[in-house]
Amino acid sequence: MDFDLTEEQSLLKDSVDRLIEDRYGDFERRNAYAREPGGWSRAVWRDFAALGLTALPFEESTGGIGGGPLETMIVMEAVGRGLTLEPFFSTVVLGAAALRLGGTEEQRETLVPQIIAGELILALAQGERQARYDLFDVATTARESGDGFVLDGHKTMVIHGDSADRLIVSARSSGGRRDKSGITLFLVDARAPGVEIHGYAGQDAQRVAEITLNGVKAGADAVLGGRDRGHDLLEHVVDIGIAALAAEAVGAMDALHALTLDYLKTRKQFGVAIGNFQALQHRAVDMMIALEQARSMSVLAAMMANAGARERRAAISGAKVLINRSARFVGQQAIQLHGGIGMTMEYKAGHYFKRLTMIEALFGDTDHHLAKVSDAGGLLEEVA
Amino acid sequence: MDLRFTDDEIAFRNEVRHFFRTAIPAEIRRKFSEGEEVSREDMVTSQRILNAKGWATPRWPVAWGGQDWTPIQHYIYLEELQFNSVPQPLQFNVDMVGPVIAAFGNDAQKRQFLPRIANLDDWWAQGFSEPGAGSDLASLKTRAIRDGGHYIVTGQKTWTTLAQYANWIFCLVRTDPEAKKQMGISFLLIDMATPGVVVRPIITIDGRHEVNEVFFDDVKVPVANLVGEENRGWDYAKFLLANERTGIARVGITKQRLARVKEIARQTPAGEGSVWDDAAFRSRAMLAEIELKALELTQMRVVAEQAKSGGNRPNPASSILKIKGSELQQTVSELLLEAAGPNALAFRGYDVEPGSNDPLAELAWAGLAAQNYFNYRKVSIYGGSNEIQHNIISKAVLGL
Repeated sequence: MDFDLTEEQSLLKDSVDRLIEDRYGDFERRNAYAREPGGWSRAVWRDFAALGLTALPFEESTGGIGGGPLETMIVMEAVGRGLTLEPFFSTVVLGAAALRLGGTEEQRETLVPQIIAGELILALAQGERQARYDLFDVATTARESGDGFVLDGHKTMVIHGDSADRLIVSARSSGGRRDKSGITLFLVDARAPGVEIHGYAGQDAQRVAEITLNGVKAGADAVLGGRDRGHDLLEHVVDIGIAALAAEAVGAMDALHALTLDYLKTRKQFGVAIGNFQALQHRAVDMMIALEQARSMSVLAAMMANAGARERRAAISGAKVLINRSARFVGQQAIQLHGGIGMTMEYKAGHYFKRLTMIEALFGDTDHHLAKVSDAGGLLEEVA
Repeated sequence: MDLRFTDDEIAFRNEVRHFFRTAIPAEIRRKFSEGEEVSREDMVTSQRILNAKGWATPRWPVAWGGQDWTPIQHYIYLEELQFNSVPQPLQFNVDMVGPVIAAFGNDAQKRQFLPRIANLDDWWAQGFSEPGAGSDLASLKTRAIRDGGHYIVTGQKTWTTLAQYANWIFCLVRTDPEAKKQMGISFLLIDMATPGVVVRPIITIDGRHEVNEVFFDDVKVPVANLVGEENRGWDYAKFLLANERTGIARVGITKQRLARVKEIARQTPAGEGSVWDDAAFRSRAMLAEIELKALELTQMRVVAEQAKSGGNRPNPASSILKIKGSELQQTVSELLLEAAGPNALAFRGYDVEPGSNDPLAELAWAGLAAQNYFNYRKVSIYGGSNEIQHNIISKAVLGL
């Protein structure tokens, strides 16, 4: 039982924290990045690559660093603190997990070096309007044609979909719309004929895209993880993603709590710093409790991100429930304790609040994951 | 990072688990698990079995019967003790007065009291709170005036838990009325058989006799019963209250109670099936389970930190254990009450008039669920109310 970082992990943390502080410490710069094409900074992305962050999850044999979920957690906490806009989550968390777990040797040999070089962006195109949070609810079709497939359908809220070079698309190759079997994942060139991408900035300034697939051709070599066997792979990829989002939320909550404490100590009313008022003090303590509980579950999610499916599902869903609840509480209280200034677009607190709110909705809200924990029979060992 | 125990720690866990499940009488564990009252005799029996094994006072100095365990072993011991429904050794004895005497008492006091404290030969009560000194404990008024070889003690203590079983009481008394609040307080050991000590029961809303008022009317206490130095009692009390934090989150007990909630919900009919088939109920139980898992991990973070630093690096997470732990104890007591539903109306009656009011035995568990729900409102009040805990964290951790 040990919660300390290794020396290498501490070094990673220090260098990532420094990079994010340097590039995002001044909040004005984030607004500038958001106005660049695609809504993020190519220059910062090159810094990510130079620091080796784009190589993080890949095996050393493929030029990677061989980091696991804990290393991802370290980077995602910094991402959360900085409210960064670059496609780390879509490419190096979700995309990389899909390639690592489902990619053929050939696919990895082609794509991994480009990702590491910072030259290839991936996006996971799995969501569909009718599916809400059910990964298995897939209406997009993959029709066999010659020795490949033809894809038709619509994907929604694809994170960084408008910057992606390759899309990882879930499509139904057999079975009914809500069957868990019969789903196949495809690597699709974002510039292939028939792919229409409509990108825009979301509530939290993060880019998402609506994507239409109209008779898009995908060869047999585009299949990730085997025909009709995409669901379990997708679920694992998303679980790894949820663990990363948990860490991002912890980073954001940590920064937001610190920002709020600063404000309580400096803002004066009735002749004293408002942090002297007990009603506000207790609220700040409750925020800390929510944050520390979230931190514990973020660690659990990271440790369980590659565990067997049954254990993993319960832990990841449990973590998402707690993270979501803490995120909502910390976000709302931060705005309340700041008062009017917290309501302004100009001030950072509101942006943390908005990102935390969007994290809640990504890959399953509280009710969705509560039901999943329940289906899994809970999180605790039974009394023998 | 690694959430797992080492092989040695797993072997240790299996050893304590096996001992708790085989050496402690099943009937005592059943009563504790189902929230029935555990009698004085049960407590004594259980603690003496533990003490014979050397496990009643593991945190004491080794010379006085403690165990040379790592913080992780201490953690495992307490979690297993709680999870397996073994009554915790009387905390007033082993977590409070014992460590204070071991740390600040003289040799004669150690020899006289410590072995009897460990074996529950003496049952100790805690004389801290007074009618006018609750959260503001330092405003206590019970006086001890030096008269030759004795102190003459006059005043009143209240909320004194299980004083009806106690033959000794450790008290905070005011020995210097002129000094600033905290400075004039001493830590005194009082034999409850001394003339002038009177115990009166307070019946709490669950109908049980758990706490008391204790009156002192010109009680003669030998000066030899002063612990440490006169007027330093507040320091010793602070030391003691830090000890009280041991296992304060009560994760093991709440885990066991939550398992019982599930079991009862599955057995209790509702609609076409059971209470457990009700998605709304199940959701709330799962929410408690998730929070409890998070608290378990938070506690593990604190313990791991202690193991690394020898307890020198304070972890901000440690201060939330009492607040979150008490909230979850209460939440789970609510779930059991709700699982019982209308059956929870059944009330077995006041202990002070046994047998006067006795619904059917088959409803006893449901009545107990309500009684324990009422009783558990105490956990966010005692040991420094949750509001006081908020004040402490706000000042000490957040710097507000």
